[in-house]
Amino acid sequence: MTSQLFFENVVVGMEIGPLVKHPTSRQLVKWAGASEDFYEIHYDKDFALSTGLPAPIVHGRLKAAFLGQLMTDWAGEKGVVRKLSCTYRGMDLVGEDVICKGRVTQKYFADGANCIECEIWTENQKGERTTPGSAIVVLPSRG
Amino acid sequence: MSSSLSEAEKTRLLEDLREKVDKAEKSVVIEIDKSMVRRFAQAIEDPNPLWQDEEYAKRTGSGGILVPPEFFCTSMMSGGGCRPEVPLPYDRILDGGGDWEFLLPVEAGDTITSSSKLVELREKQGKSGKMLFLTFETLHKNQRNELVAKSRGVTINLE
Amino acid sequence: MAEQLYWEDVQEGTEVTPLSKIATTEMLVRWATAGLDFNPLHYEDANAKSQGQAGVIVHGQLKRAWLVQLMTDWIGEQGALKRLSCSFRGTDTPRGMAMIGIPKEGETWWCKGSVNKKYTEGTDHLVECEIWVENGQGTKTTPGSAVAILPSKG
Repeated sequence: MTSQLFFENVVVGMEIGPLVKHPTSRQLVKWAGASEDFYEIHYDKDFALSTGLPAPIVHGRLKAAFLGQLMTDWAGEKGVVRKLSCTYRGMDLVGEDVICKGRVTQKYFADGANCIECEIWTENQKGERTTPGSAIVVLPSRG
Repeated sequence: MSSSLSEAEKTRLLEDLREKVDKAEKSVVIEIDKSMVRRFAQAIEDPNPLWQDEEYAKRTGSGGILVPPEFFCTSMMSGGGCRPEVPLPYDRILDGGGDWEFLLPVEAGDTITSSSKLVELREKQGKSGKMLFLTFETLHKNQRNELVAKSRGVTINLE
Repeated sequence: MAEQLYWEDVQEGTEVTPLSKIATTEMLVRWATAGLDFNPLHYEDANAKSQGQAGVIVHGQLKRAWLVQLMTDWIGEQGALKRLSCSFRGTDTPRGMAMIGIPKEGETWWCKGSVNKKYTEGTDHLVECEIWVENGQGTKTTPGSAVAILPSKG
């Protein structure tokens, strides 16, 4: 486990990640079960093709979960993820890497908490941002 | 995919859907157990021991395995699993995205009641037909009736 | 719920109440996640083809679970299943899905059986059955046998 990140060590513009994910068909099936989402577009090739897609696609919510992990990893055990937000702009195809990244956009103290606001997103193998979003994290202070 | 519904049926469903805004509601109770959390963490391949190792989690001061905030991103917690059934006139359904706010820590063993409501319907005319954007809001409370999280998501229904 | 079956109601040759099943690609994914069997042979088209299949195939264990249901439905709440075994002779190809939750047109599988033997063992009243899953063409892809205890009328 990486060492705890403290509010004082964060600088606006700082990069978060990358966290690289490999959503194989196996992972998509595990996600279907874990999240109770059995929509056929995510595993049935014929079904996906019949809707005009080239292949089964990664569930949007799985990408949201990947971004969640990006932030929980970064915030560390003593940090707290307060908000997570994202839009499923682009499709990500099964078998292609999903790269999660972020950048600190603001740091401030509000309601008794050290808040860090971040821009986050997933990129596909071509570097296109398929899932733009944002997050707010509360970090501990060095004291 | 061509629709199985006639224009008249689609129009009727759209009218029914408009009636449901601020009215369609549903509540679902989910008992979050350890296997569910571990299975979730393994599905997303997040090796964080807080979500899998009970002894490790307890050493950080919690009562047991912690539920990762992104667990609330699942369909069963904040999507189709807990949303009211609403008439959808068109065949193509897409998840547009979501916002989640995490207010209190959640542990394996907690029981979460998710209450959802259809709060907004936006209609747009796209190139290949009508586009509907349905916004649902969900409040998540634990067994002590404490608000642990809030979520908001958009479902897109396309002609 | 069907009426409780009693040992006195069955004879050699009595038919087990048939159970119909429709295997779909969705059902196979649900089975994979319920039983934690993530072999891509059952959900990834390319993998199935690389293993010499025409496409994804139904898990043998799912068909066995159907046969368990065939028996437990038939013997009722007061019956008890003692033994069940089967062999996976033929592969079964699931129906694809036409829309969310709605399978395409295709074959229906039937789980069937008949009583081979009825006997007692101590205070237990038992039946031994030949059971099988047949596909839409009537081919027995999953033959097997089962032994169950039935309640007696006295």
